[in-house]
Amino acid sequence: MSRIEACFEKLGQQKQGALIVFTVAGHPTPQLSSELLIAIADAGADVIELGLPFSDPLADGPVIQAASQRALAEDMTPGRVLALAAEFRAERDVPLVLMTCYNPICQFGLERFGTDSAAAGVDGVIVTDLPPEEAEDWVKVARRSETDTIFLLSPNSPAPRVKKVVDLASGFVYCVSRMGVTGARAELPADLAELVTRIRRETTKPIAVGFGVSRPEHVTDVCRVADGAVVGSAVVSLIDRQAGSAGLADTVGAFVRELKAATRGGRVTKADPL
Amino acid sequence: MPPRSEHSSALEGSHFGRFGGIFVPETIMPPLLEVAEAYHSARSDPEFGQQLNALLRDYVGRPTPLYFCRHLTEHCGGAKIYLKREDLCHTGSHKLNNAVGQALLAQRMGRSRLMAETGAGQHGVATATVAALFGMECDIYMGEEDVRRQALNVYRMRLLDARVIEVTSGSRTLKDAINEAFRVWMATADTTYYLFGTAAGPHPYPTMVRDFQSVVGREARQQMLEQEGRLPECLVACVGGGSNAIGLFHQFLEDDVRMVGVEAAGRGLHTGEHAASLSAGSEGVLHGARTKILQTEEGQIRTTHSVAAGLDYPGVGPEHALLQSAGRAEYVGATDDEALDAFEALTRFEGIMPALESAHAVAHAMKMAAGLGRDAVVLVNLSGRGDKDIGEVQRVLAERGR
Repeated sequence: MSRIEACFEKLGQQKQGALIVFTVAGHPTPQLSSELLIAIADAGADVIELGLPFSDPLADGPVIQAASQRALAEDMTPGRVLALAAEFRAERDVPLVLMTCYNPICQFGLERFGTDSAAAGVDGVIVTDLPPEEAEDWVKVARRSETDTIFLLSPNSPAPRVKKVVDLASGFVYCVSRMGVTGARAELPADLAELVTRIRRETTKPIAVGFGVSRPEHVTDVCRVADGAVVGSAVVSLIDRQAGSAGLADTVGAFVRELKAATRGGRVTKADPL
Repeated sequence: MPPRSEHSSALEGSHFGRFGGIFVPETIMPPLLEVAEAYHSARSDPEFGQQLNALLRDYVGRPTPLYFCRHLTEHCGGAKIYLKREDLCHTGSHKLNNAVGQALLAQRMGRSRLMAETGAGQHGVATATVAALFGMECDIYMGEEDVRRQALNVYRMRLLDARVIEVTSGSRTLKDAINEAFRVWMATADTTYYLFGTAAGPHPYPTMVRDFQSVVGREARQQMLEQEGRLPECLVACVGGGSNAIGLFHQFLEDDVRMVGVEAAGRGLHTGEHAASLSAGSEGVLHGARTKILQTEEGQIRTTHSVAAGLDYPGVGPEHALLQSAGRAEYVGATDDEALDAFEALTRFEGIMPALESAHAVAHAMKMAAGLGRDAVVLVNLSGRGDKDIGEVQRVLAERGR
């Protein structure tokens, strides 16, 4: 069982949802980014998603685009991202997922990326612009290095696609809550429960919901229906605002603690009717 | 919203050898497959073909002439230079061929809004034009830098009642306009048809745009046989994304005809300030396709430069990457200066003012013609007219003290 699967299983037994926190590697600086990973883990994040920056991400909104640009300006290469991951892995045991676009991985070399990321203690990889139709090469490499392959589903994915995606996914299935790019939103979409139910029909793998999940109350609502909630832009934007402050890690840690507390409220187990 | 069913024939023709494909976030997979499926059914529907042909004839103004450049030929002192006059299409470039085809498809799919990216503004103008014709709303995404240097086209689009959205991310040119358009489409695909302007991007655009542009090569081949009684030695076309080039080349693939694509060499290939993805790039994945791109060692996309906004793009259509790797077509560069010289030459010798994009093709054709015998024939796709560039040409020439 992978570190990610074990994490979801343990949380399921404890009737908690997983809090998955996203940050961009190297944002606001490589040094602070490293400190933030530790702070986020210690504040209770169950899984950390680390963005490997790409210059032209199609699925990202302005907040993560800007953070990625800043990290690239700090020369955050894929090699340095893996070094950051390895440094974190030496200190903490929290499951770590890399999230990126396909081109940086292709240039690094698929085989080499599979081997090196596994060696760095990376547990799973999300490639946002790699649908199942194009994923054969990557999945083969990832299986060999026992790296989880996390794929995205979205509200407009028809049933046969849902099946195709969940069959190829390992670790967890990433359900995009709404149509559009990443970014904080005031409210969750009304039909979220229906969407998760539709995916649940096709798989027993854990389902995490992201895109627009930005407040503790969103996390609670998501964890009522899904196995985990991904908070990205809200965290990245907080890091942006606090980037110059000495209390950056503490402030981010406090927010993550609030988010984690929200995963414990009102959990309904998979077996219960929604 | 009710998810649509999965499409069976939608992935047909999605790859060109190892190039092409459909590398996009899941949210745009279903809409792309829906477009692919709709196109697959439309292309075999005789009624769609009739509607398209009627529009190409009566609205676009086809067939466009094949014109022999007597004076330019004499000046170069070699092969006969012919121009396929896409600059005479309604709206001033080949872009309208594709725009009418996709607008018909959008109508068939029941969409009431169009959106598009544009670099030089020619595709934006073509899309705004068909939106007016079909009574659809229209949003055009354009980089801030291009809005500045193609001001005339921006005003044309606004007169046509399109909304022009300035994109301020990244290099503020075509690449960023495409990023932003896809991001917006992720949230709006239910009502909005994304009318992609070149034979690049994810499936089905490289195939569909090539098909709609192939009318250029079909006519040119026929006209050349009628006027010269033979096929040309060589075809020359400029390549940004590559739609006018593939539209011309595709009909000659089986013939013994050389094909040369001319990319923007900007300030010179050795300076790094250019947009020559095929001549100086490497294999990678950008905007939904595996193709040749300009990138760093780490796979970040490089900024590009060209005096021609329509060529100022770090990627290229995947079919060109295949034609290059198969050795069927060759790709070379023309610099900003060479393009400006060709702009002036064609204007003075023939009274035809080319778009700066097309001037790259003219520049290379002039060089080639000089090295070929007088019985040889070079066919250049004059993909657009230069009115839009007059302000920019004036500015750049003034900078150079001319």
